[in-house]
Amino acid sequence: MSGLQRTPLFEAHERLGARLVPFAGFELPVQYGSILEEHAAVRERAGLFDVSHMGQLHLRGPGATAAVEWLVSCPVASLRVGRVRYGCLCNEAGGVVDDVTVYRLGDEQWFLCVNASNIEKDYRWVVRHTPAGVAVENRSAETALLALQGPASLAVLDACSDPGLGALPRFAFTHAKLGAAQVLVSRTGYTGSDGFELYCAAADALALWETLCRAGAAHGLAPAGLGARDTLRLEAALPLYGHELDDETSPLEARLDRFVKQGGPAFLGGEAIERRRQAGHRKLLVGFELMERGIPRAGYALALAGSEVGVVTSGAPSPTLQKSIGLGYVPPALAEPGTRLEVKVRGRGLSARVVATPFVRGSTRVSSEGASRG
Amino acid sequence: MADYDIPQELRYTREDEWIRIEGERVVIGVTDYAQQQLGDVVFVELPAVGSGIERGEPFGVVESVKAVADLFGPVSGRVVEMNALLAEQPELVNSDCYGDGWMLVIEPDEPSEIEDLLVASDYRQHVKDRAD
Repeated sequence: MSGLQRTPLFEAHERLGARLVPFAGFELPVQYGSILEEHAAVRERAGLFDVSHMGQLHLRGPGATAAVEWLVSCPVASLRVGRVRYGCLCNEAGGVVDDVTVYRLGDEQWFLCVNASNIEKDYRWVVRHTPAGVAVENRSAETALLALQGPASLAVLDACSDPGLGALPRFAFTHAKLGAAQVLVSRTGYTGSDGFELYCAAADALALWETLCRAGAAHGLAPAGLGARDTLRLEAALPLYGHELDDETSPLEARLDRFVKQGGPAFLGGEAIERRRQAGHRKLLVGFELMERGIPRAGYALALAGSEVGVVTSGAPSPTLQKSIGLGYVPPALAEPGTRLEVKVRGRGLSARVVATPFVRGSTRVSSEGASRG
Repeated sequence: MADYDIPQELRYTREDEWIRIEGERVVIGVTDYAQQQLGDVVFVELPAVGSGIERGEPFGVVESVKAVADLFGPVSGRVVEMNALLAEQPELVNSDCYGDGWMLVIEPDEPSEIEDLLVASDYRQHVKDRAD
């Protein structure tokens, strides 16, 4: 697999016997053993992911706050230092350049955590739309990112740091020493379970990984790969760029209304997003579950009475719910929970129905009654 | 190369199916290498008893969390048994691919086709070639 980048933890993954696959230009662990077991570890105990492939773009200097406010769909000037918000970078046509988390490091100091596949595109985009007085720096290569996710995450962190990180609210961050590593500890994640994202210098990544693995042993911590990350985020109905989001899709079509300023401060792409909303969306993202055996996959058609009406953007067997679930785009008239659809799998139409999302809430295994709501 | 169980007495396809000859009939499944490559098997789709399968043609599908793989006919024939247990317990393909994870029993149209399948040592080499 030549030409692929490696994270600072590549050798650690090899030692653990991970299956390494190309993803967004990186050679990354898709699984260490069983995806289903790694998924269960996160929902029931804790899992540790190397997501160092993700990018970090820093903005600082006078005007940085106004620049970020213009760049992202969510309101940020109101964000306190030490807080995080999710939003989208949007283009002039109202499509999504990337979906990002926005960190306020200081009064005029910010960073965006961006998708690995979009680092170069985002960097060029941010530079192009930021005034000259604001320094924009791509620190992706020198920054490592570990995601510690699952209900036991806090106990694992407490075992290797000064206690007190439990006071950190969701979408807040602080700086802490974990073992020998200086870490930005953020109570965020991409799994739908409680957890933390841990940013450190690439040079400290291996020490941090080993510190967490040692501390986590008593709590059933398991290394987890991209395979489990994908099934976990799908259960939480969190979008994945390139699947639910792309340069053509409006964040409102992707049902990210909560992360789009409406009537608030102006932002790049905001007018087009509003224009498209008023004109009426042609498609909306829905969650659906299969009512018979089979697995919906990205790219499969969604149909109504045999004729194609939409497309599956993500699909998988849900390990928590023990049924197949998916996300996909359909015309707005078919977006109501309860709507019956078919998923075209190898020429056959399998029955599905639109359901409310997220598919799975919280950190614990949900009962089948709880799962069938909506 | 990782360790793969490749029983001596079976014959193999290049697409990682195995067959066991039982009198006039042939049992078909997927190999240990195939199930390890796939990971957790979550769905198996097989043809009904009475239908035909063709040598070298897809006859079914096995899906893991991440992957969809076609199953290819080792020899042509008629399906006389289908492992219905796999609908409820597809994970048997992982836990016992040469035993309870079997897929079909067929009656071959042309038993001489069996001679074209790989013997264990050749299949082992074929696995190794792809791992290198």
